[in-house]
Amino acid sequence: MARGELVGLLGPNGAGKSTLVKITCGLVRAGGGTVEVMGAPAGSAAARGALGYLAELFRFPGWCSADEVLDLHQRLSGSSGGPEERARLLDLVGLGKEGDRRVETMSKGMQQRLGLAQAMIGEPALLVLDEPTSALDPAGRRTVREMLEAVRERGVAVLLSSHLLSEVEQVCDRVVIVTKGKVVADGSPADLARPGGVEVETGAGRRHFPGLGRDDVPDLVARLVAEGERVFAVRAVRATLEETYLEAVEERGA
Amino acid sequence: MRGAGTIMAYAVREGVRRRVFVVVLILTAVFLGLYGWGVSAVVDEVRVAGPAGNLVEVDVVAAATLLGLSMFGTLFLGAVLAAFLTLGVVRGDAERGLLQPLVVRPVGRATVILARTAAAGAIAGVYSAAVFLGAVLITGGFTGWWPSSVVEPALSLAGAVVIVAALSVLGSVAMAATANGIAVFMVFGAGLVAGLIGQIGEAISSDTLSTIGRIGSYALPFEGLYQSALSSITADTTGLTEVVVRLGPFGGAHAGGAAMVAWAVAYLALVAGAAVAAFRRVDLS
Repeated sequence: MARGELVGLLGPNGAGKSTLVKITCGLVRAGGGTVEVMGAPAGSAAARGALGYLAELFRFPGWCSADEVLDLHQRLSGSSGGPEERARLLDLVGLGKEGDRRVETMSKGMQQRLGLAQAMIGEPALLVLDEPTSALDPAGRRTVREMLEAVRERGVAVLLSSHLLSEVEQVCDRVVIVTKGKVVADGSPADLARPGGVEVETGAGRRHFPGLGRDDVPDLVARLVAEGERVFAVRAVRATLEETYLEAVEERGA
Repeated sequence: MRGAGTIMAYAVREGVRRRVFVVVLILTAVFLGLYGWGVSAVVDEVRVAGPAGNLVEVDVVAAATLLGLSMFGTLFLGAVLAAFLTLGVVRGDAERGLLQPLVVRPVGRATVILARTAAAGAIAGVYSAAVFLGAVLITGGFTGWWPSSVVEPALSLAGAVVIVAALSVLGSVAMAATANGIAVFMVFGAGLVAGLIGQIGEAISSDTLSTIGRIGSYALPFEGLYQSALSSITADTTGLTEVVVRLGPFGGAHAGGAAMVAWAVAYLALVAGAAVAAFRRVDLS
């Protein structure tokens, strides 16, 4: 992953997404291979110091207030941001007025927002987010998308593990699809969403021309008109990320 | 060990916020109140019975036995506190998702587990010493008898519960909170039984039982420290009174001395080291 790159990690249940994330964060030991974070072996103090992490299943102590959770993580990460950083991060995730609120009185969505703020303590070089929007409503998901775009502009790399393909497609620079522990597709969302031919609505009904792309549309329309067809609409079809994903996963028999 | 202070403060604040200490203080006040009531009743009984002659100081026997009883209660309360503060430190907190956000921070696993052990040990140790001192004051206030030593038994009891805390943290690496709690109290009970067997062995001059007791004291040195604490409160008692005290349920204890203290410190280091080594190898999924 490059600085400022937002990588989406996709795959079916049991593909190894969370395992990879946990190896990266030093929670689980790798059975083989090497994982490095900013040049340091995953799990080392230097690697842990360079990343911010939000687990899929996490909990903060119910007796802590939001501000105290962030204060604890500032101390543990050695952040010198103080109250200003805490207030800024709470604002960023939409909890600006909830600093004194105890975690046990927060909804799951609010706790997930707090988890995101916690992950960004100390301005990490790499953000590792495991299903960060699973408990959020549409407004919350939009907030997270905007937040991810903002951190990317600051040069922070983001590894986003998610089941939500539309979310990944919207924000990620690169998508990696894994299944059974293997990478089966890797590229930008545009690359993975391959051309799916051209669909033309004619007087004789809808016709599909596979293998053609957007650039072929003028010639195709001219040919059809020349052949006496009446053309009502033309659409260049692209395989969605979902179709590419399903194809890649099913090829592996997942 | 950067961050150790933060983790310790976090553990203490958790106890305060979750009202653990309020409950403990209320129940301790009840315990000491009942103990004071019992001591005053025994003092009245002893006065009615009158002196048994110059050979045995009945009031000393009664007071030392009562303080020994309170020390058993103090050890139990301290062990309960130590165990409940640490039952789920690793696996329990990991299952609830509380541990992962902490250990991915640069402080590291060794710091997290040692700081949690130190915090629980300090709380339970100070608590045990304070309850013992309260019992000494109550006993002395009602009977006029004061133990031969106060500091030594207080430190021994504190050390005993610190070892229980360390064993509980070690268990928490391998077991979920409930299983660990059961294991800790079974080990605690095994230690007390070993001590009792040793006392019976002393009373009936059985080398076999005494050896079992000694092995138990070294295998589980919280028991050895408890025996040392019991022994030290009557260290200055002499004559027939000493004999009678030693025949009592809390009087047959043997002092472990400096060897037991040194072993307890080494044992603590070994248990804490084992906990760190095991925690480093645990996958937190």
